[in-house]
Amino acid sequence: MSDTRSALARTRGQGAAKEGLRHWWGQRVTALLLIPLVIWFVIGLVIHTGADHAAVTDWLSGPVTYGLMLVLLGAAFWHGALGLQAVIEDYIAGEWQKLSLVLLSRLVCLGLFVAAYVSLTIIAFAG
Amino acid sequence: MLSANRPLSPHLQIYKPQLTSVLSILHRFTGLGLTLGAAVLVAWLIAAAHGAAAFDYAQSMAGAWYGRLLLFLWAFALFFHLCNGIRHLFWDAGFGFELKTVYLSGWTVVIVSALLTLGSFIAGYWYLGAF
Repeated sequence: MSDTRSALARTRGQGAAKEGLRHWWGQRVTALLLIPLVIWFVIGLVIHTGADHAAVTDWLSGPVTYGLMLVLLGAAFWHGALGLQAVIEDYIAGEWQKLSLVLLSRLVCLGLFVAAYVSLTIIAFAG
Repeated sequence: MLSANRPLSPHLQIYKPQLTSVLSILHRFTGLGLTLGAAVLVAWLIAAAHGAAAFDYAQSMAGAWYGRLLLFLWAFALFFHLCNGIRHLFWDAGFGFELKTVYLSGWTVVIVSALLTLGSFIAGYWYLGAF
């Protein structure tokens, strides 16, 4: 099929979506946030190795732990969603498959964060 | 645009693996593994919210040989992605691009993440009362 449009008309609208900067900064800011939070969380997990239900829920119910766990999981799933998007965009060629997978991965990350949020809230307030 | 007999540039399998390329792909693999690990962490939290019986079941799976193996792999993935992520942040800020520095920081990441993995497991077994 021949294209009678000019080179300029063909190229218009084909540039970057100007979304990349937000993605780049989001990945770095969550990375910085995750450095201290991950170290804090691993120490907490190691201390509770083999602990029973009462001891673990007691730890997770503390106001500081509750708050930090929410920030940790929020930052982790945000960071994970951006990372999954980068991998999908690199290896999936088809435009609609790419878009569907990115949306699906975001939905899964959001769903997992909501499940964690509800669980932590039940442990802290209804336990 | 695409034609079948177009010359192709040599692809991955022709290159000798180097520390730089191996750590680069390992960053991506560990990132994918950690997303899966975060999903399992959420399952653990759901079990804890559900009650003592569900939590004990989750703990028994974490304590089984496959649970311990996965936790070991996830611990290494976490420490590696953490250390190599810090290396990436230095690159983003414009530091550490000399070839000597890249190899030095690369080996540092490998050694530090291995030590942190072993250290956290020794501490975990110590809290279990293994020694």
